[in-house]
Amino acid sequence: MAARALATVSVGETVGPVTVPVTRETLVAYANASGDQNPIHQDEEFARSVGLPDVIAHGMWTMGAAGSVVSQWAGDAGRVVEYGTRFTKPVVVPVTGTELVVEGTVKGVDVEAGRVTVELTVSADGAKVLGRCVAVVRLD
Amino acid sequence: MAVNADFVGRTYPPDGPHPVDAALVAAFAAAVGADDPVHTDPEAARAAGYADVIAPPTMAVRFAQSADRAYVTDPEAGIDYSRVVHGEQRFVHHRPITAGDEVVGTLTVDQVRQAGGHSMVTTRTELATTGGEALATCVSTIVVRGGEG
Repeated sequence: MAARALATVSVGETVGPVTVPVTRETLVAYANASGDQNPIHQDEEFARSVGLPDVIAHGMWTMGAAGSVVSQWAGDAGRVVEYGTRFTKPVVVPVTGTELVVEGTVKGVDVEAGRVTVELTVSADGAKVLGRCVAVVRLD
Repeated sequence: MAVNADFVGRTYPPDGPHPVDAALVAAFAAAVGADDPVHTDPEAARAAGYADVIAPPTMAVRFAQSADRAYVTDPEAGIDYSRVVHGEQRFVHHRPITAGDEVVGTLTVDQVRQAGGHSMVTTRTELATTGGEALATCVSTIVVRGGEG
């Protein structure tokens, strides 16, 4: 892949939508790779015991999966220079799995600085799960 | 038990160093569905201008959360970790975390505030190499849920 050319990007351009599947196995793999082994992300019984409806995805998994959509759009994952979000709603992952829907819109293009701002909408089960999810990508 | 506001401004000793290798980068990339070859193929990474395979942007959290541990488990800090949920996260990347890096994280407690019976705690972890090269600034807000009633 090569990084997208800045000249080809315009405000209002859309990214996706991309559907990202998530299963219990995904969360175990994420727990091992991230070091976050909180049992609410793996153990249904434990999750219910602390008042959750079922196992939930790590907020950081959700943020990471949505970020992968921006990286793919940018053409080079190293170009994502800023990325932030609020965790507004957990992604509940039943034993049959679920999916995220990730959609982005280019909100700003700063030609002088070579920076593009992409706002993401991320939902699961029809509800938004991340708030103010914004990535800044450096393009030439 | 309330979160101790006296900790605001406190900086902890550096956490790490944590070595970054290609297997860790590949495992994290697979887990978040990051299929850019710069995460798995050293040739592709070098062609894009990097020294070796690079971490997906949110992998920085692995090192930030490791640096968090000394603070959130400090009995004087007053944080009941069983009541913690992640509220917000933000990264500013100075350069991608790259296989071969040895990452050191330095955590500062930036803010402790009360909202609706909960405590909101914002920490900032500066990630750098052991050589002092800046990698990422990771700002995290955790919500410590208040007790019943």
